[in-house]
Amino acid sequence: MNSGMLRQMRPTFVYALLGVIFMFAAPSVLQLFTIINLTTAIALAVLALSLALIWGYGGILCFGQVAFFGLGAYVYTISAINFGGSTWAILMAVLVTSAFAAALGYFIFYGRVSDVYLGVITLTVTLIFFSLIRRTSGPEYKIGNALLGGFNGVSSPPINLPWNPTSFLFPEQVFYVAMAALILCYVFAGWLVNTKFGRVCVAIRENELRAELLGYDIRAYKLGIFTIGAGIAAIGGVLFCNGVGRITPDVFNLYNAALTIIWVIVGGRGTLIGPVGATFALFYLTSALGGQTVLNNNLVLGVILIIFVLLVPKGVAPTIIDWVNARRKKAPTRARRRRGSRAEGTQ
Amino acid sequence: MDLVVAVLFQLIYVISNLALISLGLAIIFGMMRVINLAHGEFLMLGGYTVVVATNAGINIWVSMLILAPLVVGIIGVIVERLLIRWLYGRMVDTLLATWGLSLLLVGIVTSIFGASTGTTVSPPLGVVRIGDYSASGYELFLVVVTIVLLFGVWLTLRFTKLGLLARGTMQNAEMASALGVSTSRIYMITFGLGAAVSGLAGGLLAPMTGVLPTIGATYIAKAFITVISGGSAILAGTTAGSILLGGINGVFSFIAGSTFGEIALLLAAIILLRLMPRGITGRFFRKSL
Repeated sequence: MNSGMLRQMRPTFVYALLGVIFMFAAPSVLQLFTIINLTTAIALAVLALSLALIWGYGGILCFGQVAFFGLGAYVYTISAINFGGSTWAILMAVLVTSAFAAALGYFIFYGRVSDVYLGVITLTVTLIFFSLIRRTSGPEYKIGNALLGGFNGVSSPPINLPWNPTSFLFPEQVFYVAMAALILCYVFAGWLVNTKFGRVCVAIRENELRAELLGYDIRAYKLGIFTIGAGIAAIGGVLFCNGVGRITPDVFNLYNAALTIIWVIVGGRGTLIGPVGATFALFYLTSALGGQTVLNNNLVLGVILIIFVLLVPKGVAPTIIDWVNARRKKAPTRARRRRGSRAEGTQ
Repeated sequence: MDLVVAVLFQLIYVISNLALISLGLAIIFGMMRVINLAHGEFLMLGGYTVVVATNAGINIWVSMLILAPLVVGIIGVIVERLLIRWLYGRMVDTLLATWGLSLLLVGIVTSIFGASTGTTVSPPLGVVRIGDYSASGYELFLVVVTIVLLFGVWLTLRFTKLGLLARGTMQNAEMASALGVSTSRIYMITFGLGAAVSGLAGGLLAPMTGVLPTIGATYIAKAFITVISGGSAILAGTTAGSILLGGINGVFSFIAGSTFGEIALLLAAIILLRLMPRGITGRFFRKSL
């Protein structure tokens, strides 16, 4: 990591630091119930982060990010039941999901399937999971000792200390783990988009043909970022089934697929903190709406999505950044430096 | 022999069912390059129109064949004016905006009618006998309607002034507009017609499936996949896509049950798109409608 890259990543570290402060402050301020809820929101934020990476930076509009999220959760649950501990199960979840994404991505990117068609394929895969796993109720559908449970899903064993299957973590401790995982994933993603690999991905997003003519194998780069994104989504899935306590085929449904897209749209493509923030905001909005019956959740989310596509197509975070940059332009010397870094900067 | 006829009839029914639910989407996609993710909700609205109208004492045939397409067509025109026309040429944004619309419509219908409906309508026709086997007369009726509908769209596109203008706009919107065609109006009418066809399909299927606010989700994936696999030609694409995917679905359903039939359909679509990224009509029958 050279000094230029460190400067680029300064905002990333600032947000990460805020996250660390929140992580240690929250349990002493908030109620246990809120903390358990927050764990679920954090898991979803990791999912949003993974889509922010592959859509916002890789330009890959994947409708089926929840497929990797759900697959990660299922692989974790099934392996944890079979291995009798979570250490290898977490590793399995990330590896199996990444391998699956790599195989699917090979199919997609080396076949040069793009934009809308890519969306269809990924959505289709999600729906295949949905209908397949829903069907698996009954004692004959099991993997090792784990019954798949069809519609009702499987209850997930909680995370334990590494290589110590008897020391289960309490919900409060799971919160620390989740928050730490989110911060690590965030810093990792922030670092990734500032590496040469990340910059080439952005170049491909901006203009595929030009990037290819400059000699980059765009298929390999897209496959790479897609696979990494799937791995991060799997981590989110592991946290999610720990936060909720069980995993059901409903994670694969159309509503959740839409929700993931909405977080990234609202937060803003091309930033990482935006989608993460939007996830928390919308999670609390939908929980608050759950308490009343006048307005339906679908209705509110639909209106939000339409408004953002029509009026704030860039999303919240980039709009704020543009506004701040426009104000700073008043000081000419600083403006020049800003303009240089804005093009490839990360927030 | 009777068994063969009965199985064959089921296969044809699956295929025409797929064509029926996809046609509205195909019209909108083929003419305007707009993927309407609220398509499933248009079908749902057609179904609700039929249920509400029948409960109000209107004849079921009138409400299915006239009211459902009319109501949903009008809704389609309103949606086009308020939402879609700001987003032409931005394929991904239209996709997202119509996804938002789909959620919004589900939300509105849930608020009005509740999450489930108590009243449904039953299929109005009796049973048709094929030797020792029996088939539903209403299914036969749906097959006939689908064929008539496809033929009607073909006639409209091929022989009417509107069809000519629409095809011109589809081929080259700028040139058509330079020759004095109001492309904005053509788009509005096309979207309205696509919505009307979806409404008709939804209305016709309502007695078979019942109506729920979320029923659109069960249609959208299948319709979406059929249209994308078919490619951009409206009629040839829908027909080819439905025959291929519906055929696969029917055969696998017969062998291994309906869930595996659907999974086979989805897998076939993925493989097809890998081999022909522009759909069937991107490779074959390119000049067709």
